[in-house]
Amino acid sequence: MLALIALLGTVLTLSSAFRPVAEGGYQVGDKVADFKLKNVDGKTVSLADNATAKGYIVVFTCNTCPYAQAYEDRIMALHQKYAAQGYPVVAINPNDPQVAPGDSYASMQQRAKTKRYAFPYLLDESQEVAHAYGATRTPHVYVLQRTGADFKVAYIGAIDNNTEDAKAATQHYVDDALAQLMSGKAVQTTSTKAIGCTIKWKKKA
Amino acid sequence: MKHMQLRFLAFLPLFGLLLLAGPAARAQQVRVVKLPALQELLRRSGDTTYVVNFWATWCKPCIEELPNFEQLRTRYARQNVRVVLVSLDFPSKLDAKVRPFVQRQGLKSAVWLLSETDQNAYIEAIDPKWTGALPFTVVYNNARQRRRSFEQALSAAELEAAVQAVRVP
Repeated sequence: MLALIALLGTVLTLSSAFRPVAEGGYQVGDKVADFKLKNVDGKTVSLADNATAKGYIVVFTCNTCPYAQAYEDRIMALHQKYAAQGYPVVAINPNDPQVAPGDSYASMQQRAKTKRYAFPYLLDESQEVAHAYGATRTPHVYVLQRTGADFKVAYIGAIDNNTEDAKAATQHYVDDALAQLMSGKAVQTTSTKAIGCTIKWKKKA
Repeated sequence: MKHMQLRFLAFLPLFGLLLLAGPAARAQQVRVVKLPALQELLRRSGDTTYVVNFWATWCKPCIEELPNFEQLRTRYARQNVRVVLVSLDFPSKLDAKVRPFVQRQGLKSAVWLLSETDQNAYIEAIDPKWTGALPFTVVYNNARQRRRSFEQALSAAELEAAVQAVRVP
Protein backbone atom coordinates (compact mmCIF):
# COMPACT_ATOMS: atom_id res chain seq x y z
CA MET A 1 0.00 0.00 0.00
CA LEU A 2 2.77 2.40 0.98
CA ALA A 3 4.64 1.49 -2.17
CA LEU A 4 1.50 2.20 -4.17
CA ILE A 5 1.14 5.64 -2.59
CA ALA A 6 4.81 6.35 -3.24
CA LEU A 7 4.40 5.25 -6.85
CA LEU A 8 1.30 7.38 -7.26
CA GLY A 9 3.18 10.33 -5.78
CA THR A 10 6.03 9.81 -8.24
CA VAL A 11 3.66 9.59 -11.20
CA LEU A 12 1.88 12.76 -10.08
CA THR A 13 5.18 14.57 -9.63
CA LEU A 14 6.48 13.43 -13.01
CA SER A 15 3.34 14.40 -14.85
CA SER A 16 2.95 17.68 -13.03
CA ALA A 17 4.85 20.15 -15.20
CA PHE A 18 2.93 21.91 -17.93
CA ARG A 19 6.14 22.67 -19.74
CA PRO A 20 9.48 21.08 -19.08
CA VAL A 21 11.60 23.31 -16.86
CA ALA A 22 14.86 22.58 -18.65
CA GLU A 23 14.65 21.70 -22.30
CA GLY A 24 17.49 19.22 -22.24
CA GLY A 25 20.73 20.51 -23.66
CA TYR A 26 24.22 19.13 -23.13
CA GLN A 27 25.05 17.01 -20.13
CA VAL A 28 28.53 16.54 -18.71
CA GLY A 29 30.44 14.16 -21.02
CA ASP A 30 28.51 15.18 -24.14
CA LYS A 31 30.35 16.19 -27.30
CA VAL A 32 29.37 19.71 -28.35
CA ALA A 33 28.56 20.82 -31.88
CA ASP A 34 30.76 23.70 -33.06
CA PHE A 35 29.15 27.07 -33.66
CA LYS A 36 29.84 30.08 -35.83
CA LEU A 37 28.88 33.28 -34.05
CA LYS A 38 29.58 36.94 -34.67
CA ASN A 39 32.10 38.57 -32.34
CA VAL A 40 31.98 42.23 -31.26
CA ASP A 41 34.80 42.93 -33.78
CA GLY A 42 32.54 41.82 -36.63
CA LYS A 43 34.41 38.55 -37.29
CA THR A 44 32.91 35.13 -36.69
CA VAL A 45 34.31 32.77 -34.08
CA SER A 46 34.20 28.97 -33.91
CA LEU A 47 35.68 26.55 -31.40
CA ALA A 48 37.73 24.99 -34.20
CA ASP A 49 39.49 28.33 -34.93
CA ASN A 50 41.95 27.93 -32.10
CA ALA A 51 43.98 24.82 -32.87
CA THR A 52 46.06 25.14 -29.70
CA ALA A 53 43.09 25.33 -27.31
CA LYS A 54 43.01 22.42 -24.88
CA GLY A 55 39.49 23.46 -24.03
CA TYR A 56 37.30 26.49 -23.45
CA ILE A 57 35.48 28.27 -20.68
CA VAL A 58 32.21 29.05 -22.43
CA VAL A 59 30.16 31.60 -20.47
CA PHE A 60 26.61 32.57 -21.37
CA THR A 61 26.43 36.11 -20.08
CA CYS A 62 25.10 39.54 -21.00
CA ASN A 63 25.34 43.26 -20.33
CA THR A 64 22.16 43.79 -18.36
CA CYS A 65 21.83 41.06 -15.74
CA PRO A 66 23.07 42.25 -12.32
CA TYR A 67 24.34 38.74 -11.58
CA ALA A 68 26.29 38.67 -14.86
CA GLN A 69 27.70 42.07 -13.89
CA ALA A 70 28.60 40.75 -10.45
CA TYR A 71 30.65 38.01 -12.12
CA GLU A 72 32.10 40.10 -14.96
CA ASP A 73 35.46 40.76 -13.30
CA ARG A 74 35.71 37.11 -12.31
CA ILE A 75 35.05 36.06 -15.93
CA MET A 76 37.81 38.42 -17.06
CA ALA A 77 40.13 37.00 -14.38
CA LEU A 78 39.42 33.44 -15.55
CA HIS A 79 40.55 34.36 -19.06
CA GLN A 80 43.61 36.15 -17.70
CA LYS A 81 44.57 33.10 -15.70
CA TYR A 82 43.68 30.23 -18.03
CA ALA A 83 43.98 31.46 -21.64
CA ALA A 84 47.77 31.04 -21.54
CA GLN A 85 47.29 27.55 -20.15
CA GLY A 86 45.10 26.58 -23.09
CA TYR A 87 41.62 27.31 -21.75
CA PRO A 88 40.44 30.71 -23.00
CA VAL A 89 37.08 32.26 -22.18
CA VAL A 90 34.43 32.53 -24.87
CA ALA A 91 31.54 34.75 -23.76
CA ILE A 92 28.19 34.37 -25.51
CA ASN A 93 25.23 36.73 -25.14
CA PRO A 94 22.05 34.76 -25.81
CA ASN A 95 19.50 37.48 -24.99
CA ASP A 96 16.99 38.74 -27.52
CA PRO A 97 17.57 42.50 -27.83
CA GLN A 98 13.85 42.96 -28.53
CA VAL A 99 13.22 41.83 -24.95
CA ALA A 100 16.42 43.27 -23.45
CA PRO A 101 17.47 46.34 -25.47
CA GLY A 102 20.60 46.77 -23.33
CA ASP A 103 21.89 43.50 -24.77
CA SER A 104 21.94 44.60 -28.40
CA TYR A 105 25.00 44.00 -30.58
CA ALA A 106 25.95 47.70 -30.35
CA SER A 107 25.65 47.58 -26.55
CA MET A 108 27.81 44.45 -26.48
CA GLN A 109 30.47 46.21 -28.56
CA GLN A 110 30.34 49.15 -26.17
CA ARG A 111 30.69 46.96 -23.07
CA ALA A 112 33.52 44.87 -24.52
CA LYS A 113 35.38 48.08 -25.37
CA THR A 114 34.81 49.84 -22.06
CA LYS A 115 35.76 46.81 -20.01
CA ARG A 116 38.53 45.80 -22.46
CA TYR A 117 37.47 42.20 -22.86
CA ALA A 118 40.48 40.14 -23.93
CA PHE A 119 38.19 37.33 -25.07
CA PRO A 120 35.50 37.06 -27.75
CA TYR A 121 32.03 38.29 -26.83
CA LEU A 122 29.68 36.59 -29.25
CA LEU A 123 26.10 37.25 -30.21
CA ASP A 124 23.87 34.16 -30.31
CA GLU A 125 21.31 35.87 -32.48
CA SER A 126 19.20 32.80 -33.28
CA GLN A 127 19.59 31.55 -29.67
CA GLU A 128 20.36 28.13 -31.16
CA VAL A 129 23.64 27.78 -29.28
CA ALA A 130 22.00 28.57 -25.92
CA HIS A 131 19.28 26.02 -26.72
CA ALA A 132 21.83 23.39 -27.77
CA TYR A 133 23.81 23.88 -24.56
CA GLY A 134 20.66 23.93 -22.43
CA ALA A 135 21.67 27.28 -20.93
CA THR A 136 18.88 28.77 -18.82
CA ARG A 137 20.38 31.84 -17.21
CA THR A 138 23.15 34.40 -17.22
CA PRO A 139 25.80 33.77 -16.10
CA HIS A 140 25.93 30.05 -16.97
CA VAL A 141 29.35 28.41 -17.42
CA TYR A 142 30.36 25.38 -19.52
CA VAL A 143 33.94 24.14 -19.27
CA LEU A 144 34.90 22.22 -22.41
CA GLN A 145 37.78 19.78 -22.78
CA ARG A 146 39.35 18.84 -26.11
CA THR A 147 39.30 15.22 -27.20
CA GLY A 148 40.93 15.01 -30.63
CA ALA A 149 39.07 17.36 -32.94
CA ASP A 150 36.05 17.55 -30.63
CA PHE A 151 35.20 19.25 -27.39
CA LYS A 152 33.35 17.56 -24.54
CA VAL A 153 31.52 19.16 -21.65
CA ALA A 154 33.53 18.73 -18.44
CA TYR A 155 31.66 21.06 -16.08
CA ILE A 156 28.36 22.98 -16.07
CA GLY A 157 27.31 25.63 -13.58
CA ALA A 158 28.57 28.49 -11.46
CA ILE A 159 32.01 30.08 -11.15
CA ASP A 160 32.03 29.97 -7.36
CA ASN A 161 29.61 29.88 -4.44
CA ASN A 162 29.33 33.55 -3.51
CA THR A 163 27.84 35.95 -6.05
CA GLU A 164 27.95 39.06 -3.91
CA ASP A 165 31.47 38.75 -2.56
CA ALA A 166 34.13 36.91 -4.53
CA LYS A 167 36.52 37.04 -1.58
CA ALA A 168 34.01 35.27 0.64
CA ALA A 169 33.54 32.35 -1.77
CA THR A 170 34.55 29.05 -0.22
CA GLN A 171 34.12 26.92 -3.36
CA HIS A 172 35.74 27.83 -6.68
CA TYR A 173 34.09 25.39 -9.02
CA VAL A 174 35.62 26.49 -12.33
CA ASP A 175 39.13 26.83 -10.85
CA ASP A 176 38.82 23.37 -9.34
CA ALA A 177 37.51 21.82 -12.56
CA LEU A 178 40.37 23.34 -14.58
CA ALA A 179 43.01 22.31 -12.06
CA GLN A 180 41.70 18.76 -12.21
CA LEU A 181 41.54 18.74 -16.02
CA MET A 182 45.05 20.12 -16.34
CA SER A 183 46.46 17.49 -14.01
CA GLY A 184 44.69 14.77 -15.98
CA LYS A 185 42.22 13.95 -13.22
CA ALA A 186 38.47 13.55 -13.44
CA VAL A 187 36.49 16.67 -12.52
CA GLN A 188 35.01 16.04 -9.08
CA THR A 189 32.13 18.53 -8.99
CA THR A 190 30.78 18.34 -12.52
CA SER A 191 27.70 20.50 -12.10
CA THR A 192 26.41 23.19 -9.77
CA LYS A 193 23.40 25.47 -9.67
CA ALA A 194 23.29 29.21 -9.23
CA ILE A 195 20.80 32.04 -9.25
CA GLY A 196 20.83 34.08 -12.42
CA CYS A 197 18.67 36.03 -14.85
CA THR A 198 16.43 34.00 -17.12
CA ILE A 199 17.73 34.10 -20.69
CA LYS A 200 15.53 36.55 -22.57
CA TRP A 201 14.12 34.18 -25.16
CA LYS A 202 12.51 35.51 -28.31
CA LYS A 203 8.78 35.90 -27.95
CA LYS A 204 7.02 33.27 -30.01
CA ALA A 205 4.92 34.81 -32.72
CA MET B 1 10.03 76.35 10.96
CA LYS B 2 6.67 77.29 12.41
CA HIS B 3 5.23 77.00 8.98
CA MET B 4 6.55 73.44 8.75
CA GLN B 5 4.93 72.51 12.04
CA LEU B 6 1.59 73.81 10.90
CA ARG B 7 1.89 71.85 7.73
CA PHE B 8 2.71 68.73 9.72
CA LEU B 9 -0.34 69.29 11.94
CA ALA B 10 -2.52 69.60 8.88
CA PHE B 11 -1.46 66.09 7.88
CA LEU B 12 -2.21 64.54 11.28
CA PRO B 13 -5.82 63.58 10.53
CA LEU B 14 -4.56 61.81 7.44
CA PHE B 15 -2.12 59.76 9.53
CA GLY B 16 -5.00 58.91 11.86
CA LEU B 17 -7.04 57.60 8.94
CA LEU B 18 -4.15 55.45 7.81
CA LEU B 19 -3.82 53.99 11.29
CA LEU B 20 -7.55 53.25 11.46
CA ALA B 21 -7.44 51.51 8.12
CA GLY B 22 -5.15 49.05 9.86
CA PRO B 23 -2.99 46.27 8.48
CA ALA B 24 -4.99 45.89 5.27
CA ALA B 25 -3.78 49.26 4.05
CA ARG B 26 -0.15 48.69 4.97
CA ALA B 27 2.44 46.87 2.95
CA GLN B 28 3.96 43.70 4.32
CA GLN B 29 6.94 43.59 6.59
CA VAL B 30 9.78 41.59 5.12
CA ARG B 31 10.52 38.40 7.05
CA VAL B 32 14.14 37.29 6.84
CA VAL B 33 14.39 33.49 6.84
CA LYS B 34 16.95 30.72 6.56
CA LEU B 35 16.52 27.62 4.41
CA PRO B 36 14.86 25.41 7.09
CA ALA B 37 11.94 27.87 7.41
CA LEU B 38 11.45 27.72 3.67
CA GLN B 39 11.63 23.94 3.65
CA GLU B 40 9.00 23.85 6.41
CA LEU B 41 6.74 26.01 4.23
CA LEU B 42 7.25 23.70 1.25
CA ARG B 43 6.42 20.65 3.37
CA ARG B 44 3.27 21.98 5.09
CA SER B 45 0.75 19.18 5.04
CA GLY B 46 -2.64 20.93 5.41
CA ASP B 47 -5.18 21.31 2.62
CA THR B 48 -3.90 24.75 1.69
CA THR B 49 -2.63 25.66 -1.75
CA TYR B 50 0.63 27.57 -1.57
CA VAL B 51 2.00 29.77 -4.30
CA VAL B 52 5.66 30.46 -3.58
CA ASN B 53 7.36 32.84 -5.97
CA PHE B 54 11.12 33.44 -6.01
CA TRP B 55 12.00 36.92 -7.21
CA ALA B 56 14.43 39.79 -6.73
CA THR B 57 14.23 43.57 -7.00
CA TRP B 58 16.88 43.46 -9.77
CA CYS B 59 14.91 40.94 -11.86
CA LYS B 60 12.78 42.74 -14.46
CA PRO B 61 10.49 39.86 -15.49
CA CYS B 62 9.95 39.14 -11.77
CA ILE B 63 8.81 42.70 -11.08
CA GLU B 64 6.54 42.61 -14.10
CA GLU B 65 4.71 39.48 -12.90
CA LEU B 66 4.36 40.54 -9.23
CA PRO B 67 0.93 42.14 -9.82
CA ASN B 68 -0.35 38.74 -10.97
CA PHE B 69 0.49 37.26 -7.57
CA GLU B 70 -1.11 40.18 -5.74
CA GLN B 71 -4.25 39.80 -7.81
CA LEU B 72 -4.32 36.05 -7.19
CA ARG B 73 -3.96 36.58 -3.45
CA THR B 74 -6.99 38.87 -3.40
CA ARG B 75 -9.12 36.65 -5.59
CA TYR B 76 -8.42 33.44 -3.67
CA ALA B 77 -8.16 34.97 -0.19
CA ARG B 78 -11.12 32.94 1.11
CA GLN B 79 -10.20 29.72 -0.62
CA ASN B 80 -7.17 28.49 1.29
CA VAL B 81 -4.66 29.87 -1.17
CA ARG B 82 -1.57 31.51 0.33
CA VAL B 83 0.96 33.54 -1.61
CA VAL B 84 4.54 33.92 -0.36
CA LEU B 85 6.97 36.09 -2.31
CA VAL B 86 10.52 35.01 -1.50
CA SER B 87 13.12 37.63 -2.37
CA LEU B 88 16.54 36.34 -3.35
CA ASP B 89 18.12 39.77 -3.10
CA PHE B 90 21.35 39.77 -1.13
CA PRO B 91 20.54 40.12 2.60
CA SER B 92 22.78 43.21 2.57
CA LYS B 93 20.21 44.89 0.30
CA LEU B 94 17.30 44.41 2.73
CA ASP B 95 17.12 48.03 3.92
CA ALA B 96 18.49 49.70 0.80
CA LYS B 97 16.42 47.86 -1.80
CA VAL B 98 13.92 45.25 -0.63
CA ARG B 99 12.03 47.08 2.15
CA PRO B 100 11.65 50.32 0.15
CA PHE B 101 10.49 48.32 -2.88
CA VAL B 102 7.86 46.42 -0.88
CA GLN B 103 6.61 49.69 0.63
CA ARG B 104 6.57 51.53 -2.69
CA GLN B 105 4.65 48.74 -4.41
CA GLY B 106 2.41 48.30 -1.36
CA LEU B 107 2.76 44.53 -1.60
CA LYS B 108 0.14 42.75 0.53
CA SER B 109 1.29 39.19 0.01
CA ALA B 110 3.71 37.74 2.57
CA VAL B 111 7.26 38.76 1.64
CA TRP B 112 10.24 36.74 2.83
CA LEU B 113 13.93 37.24 2.13
CA LEU B 114 16.06 34.11 2.00
CA SER B 115 19.26 34.83 3.87
CA GLU B 116 21.55 32.16 2.44
CA THR B 117 24.62 32.52 0.24
CA ASP B 118 25.21 28.95 -0.98
CA GLN B 119 22.94 28.95 -4.02
CA ASN B 120 24.08 25.54 -5.21
CA ALA B 121 22.84 24.05 -1.93
CA TYR B 122 19.56 25.88 -1.54
CA ILE B 123 18.34 25.72 -5.16
CA GLU B 124 18.58 21.93 -5.09
CA ALA B 125 16.89 21.79 -1.66
CA ILE B 126 13.99 23.95 -2.85
CA ASP B 127 13.38 22.05 -6.09
CA PRO B 128 15.74 19.63 -7.89
CA LYS B 129 14.16 20.65 -11.21
CA TRP B 130 15.06 24.32 -10.75
CA THR B 131 18.29 25.39 -12.51
CA GLY B 132 18.45 28.76 -10.71
CA ALA B 133 16.96 31.22 -13.21
CA LEU B 134 14.57 33.84 -11.86
CA PRO B 135 11.64 34.10 -11.65
CA PHE B 136 10.74 30.65 -10.32
CA THR B 137 7.35 29.68 -8.92
CA VAL B 138 6.10 26.60 -7.10
CA VAL B 139 2.36 25.95 -6.68
CA TYR B 140 1.53 23.04 -4.38
CA ASN B 141 -1.02 21.45 -2.13
CA ASN B 142 0.62 18.72 -0.09
CA ALA B 143 -2.67 17.27 1.21
CA ARG B 144 -3.62 16.65 -2.42
CA GLN B 145 -0.06 15.62 -3.36
CA ARG B 146 -0.03 18.07 -6.22
CA ARG B 147 2.79 20.33 -7.29
CA ARG B 148 3.67 22.45 -10.31
CA SER B 149 6.86 24.42 -10.82
CA PHE B 150 7.70 27.05 -13.40
CA GLU B 151 11.12 28.46 -14.25
CA GLN B 152 9.65 31.37 -16.17
CA ALA B 153 7.40 34.38 -15.67
CA LEU B 154 3.69 33.53 -15.59
CA SER B 155 0.80 35.48 -17.01
CA ALA B 156 -2.27 35.97 -14.81
CA ALA B 157 -4.04 33.25 -16.81
CA GLU B 158 -1.14 30.77 -16.54
CA LEU B 159 -0.89 31.36 -12.81
CA GLU B 160 -4.60 30.90 -12.27
CA ALA B 161 -4.59 27.70 -14.35
CA ALA B 162 -1.77 26.33 -12.19
CA VAL B 163 -3.63 27.16 -8.98
CA GLN B 164 -6.83 25.58 -10.28
CA ALA B 165 -5.00 22.44 -11.33
CA VAL B 166 -3.50 22.09 -7.86
CA ARG B 167 -6.41 23.02 -5.62
CA VAL B 168 -9.53 21.69 -7.35
CA PRO B 169 -10.43 18.20 -5.99
